[in-house]
Amino acid sequence: MRAFTYERASSVEAAAKAAASNPEAKFIAGGTNLLDLMKLEIETPTHLIDVNGLGLDKIEATPEGGLRIGALVRNTDLAAHETVRRDYGLLSRALVAGASGQLRNRATTAGNLLQRTRCPYFYDPNQPCNKRQPGSGCSAIGGFSRQHAVVGVSDACIATHPSDMAIAMRALDATVETVKADGSRRAIPIADFHRLPGDTPHIETVLERGEFITAVLLPSPVGGKHIYRKVRDRASYAFALVSIGAIIHPDGTGRVAVGGIAHKPWRVEAAEAELPKGARAAARGILADARPTEQNRFKVDLVERALGAVLSEARG
Amino acid sequence: MQDPIQLELSRRDLLISSAATVAVTGVAGSAAAQSAGKQMAYVTKVNFTVNGERRELDVDNRTTLLDALREHLHLTGTKKGCDHGQCGACTVMVDGRRINSCLTLAVMHDGDEVTTIEGLGQPGNLHPMQAAFVKHDGFQCGYCTPGQICSSVAVLEEIKANIPSHVTGDLNSPAQLTAAEVRERMSGNICRCGAYSNILDAISEVGGITA
Repeated sequence: MRAFTYERASSVEAAAKAAASNPEAKFIAGGTNLLDLMKLEIETPTHLIDVNGLGLDKIEATPEGGLRIGALVRNTDLAAHETVRRDYGLLSRALVAGASGQLRNRATTAGNLLQRTRCPYFYDPNQPCNKRQPGSGCSAIGGFSRQHAVVGVSDACIATHPSDMAIAMRALDATVETVKADGSRRAIPIADFHRLPGDTPHIETVLERGEFITAVLLPSPVGGKHIYRKVRDRASYAFALVSIGAIIHPDGTGRVAVGGIAHKPWRVEAAEAELPKGARAAARGILADARPTEQNRFKVDLVERALGAVLSEARG
Repeated sequence: MQDPIQLELSRRDLLISSAATVAVTGVAGSAAAQSAGKQMAYVTKVNFTVNGERRELDVDNRTTLLDALREHLHLTGTKKGCDHGQCGACTVMVDGRRINSCLTLAVMHDGDEVTTIEGLGQPGNLHPMQAAFVKHDGFQCGYCTPGQICSSVAVLEEIKANIPSHVTGDLNSPAQLTAAEVRERMSGNICRCGAYSNILDAISEVGGITA
């Protein structure tokens, strides 16, 4: 790990300002992803701003009937929260489908959204990777790409976003609340928060330098059956090959976000109109622009079948 | 043919020279850096309680909680397996919750209470979970065992605290203590000897699961 200086932030504004003034600074919250990457020198910040003491660990009701989830709420606490379990079951389910008990005790809500990909070529400093070293090429294209993205891909990158939680947030129409270095605030719809790789796969979100996530907001509950189905290589503690986060109403309408297939939580609102017709019709819309590799073509079928299982569970 | 004594000497020299490199890095690392108009150091003071005892350390910012426990406080019960949060050998409790001590910095734990395997129980005064692991032969090589035991103790607490898991049936009823729940919740602790069934037996006995 490269040497770095360290400070405990005294306020959100001070944290944003400190990060904006030093392009090599990073915020640290749970640290479960950042420290992993720092040990491999994939992340090499020269300064860390510890934001754990900022009191952003509360879950509160909003005047609009939704929830305001502090950026530092740990995954365990969010999954176990009474209102989340009752009204946003999809979010609880997605959280407990991810990582391990130890990691969920540290990992935070904002940090979960900011996770980097688990593409093995991104993790291997000996291999070209446009995300780790822009312009060096993509080793996954033409390499071992079984785990990689099938939709929204570019010629520069076919990495996936690894988060389970973010899939639920996308289906729930969450909003990311931030503070910029100049003190101004903005609310970013989760649909716009993560970027597709394009020519700049190293830029993963729309956050500006120093911009700090303070909370994630959920709108009022929409009812329906909340189901998160994760397909992976082992029963627990593995990233998704494909995951389906769905809210299905008794009349067969609903919403679906898909994980494990793209650089961001994948949701195609137009395809949701097809849900009452069944998984095949809806999956066709969700994957309309799919560009799989030979090795991950199976994900196209897997999305349809996992969605079929979800719809049958919803009817059951 | 090379003289074996010569070889031995050169290995020693190599070890000495790597130690010197570490020392030099340490000196350079203690220099202060300028950031945002404030003096910032590469070394930070941290105060925490470990197994009930107040400890104060000046650590290189890079020091993980795991390395602080093992290398600075000489509590070597906590093991370094993968050092990347994948194996669970480094599991300790911080403020009553199990975490991977390899994926957190010591300086992030100012004021925290840390419990390691040494704090759970000692020879002659074993924690019930330690005794159950011995009774049920919940290990072979034993390397993952401190992490397994810390995790096991925390798993029973998490179920009591009604924290859901991936196999919890109904999110709106209390979490149940079942073998399936224990298996799922222990998935962050890997045992390459494969003592899982005996580990489950040990946890089941302490938790009171009837088979």
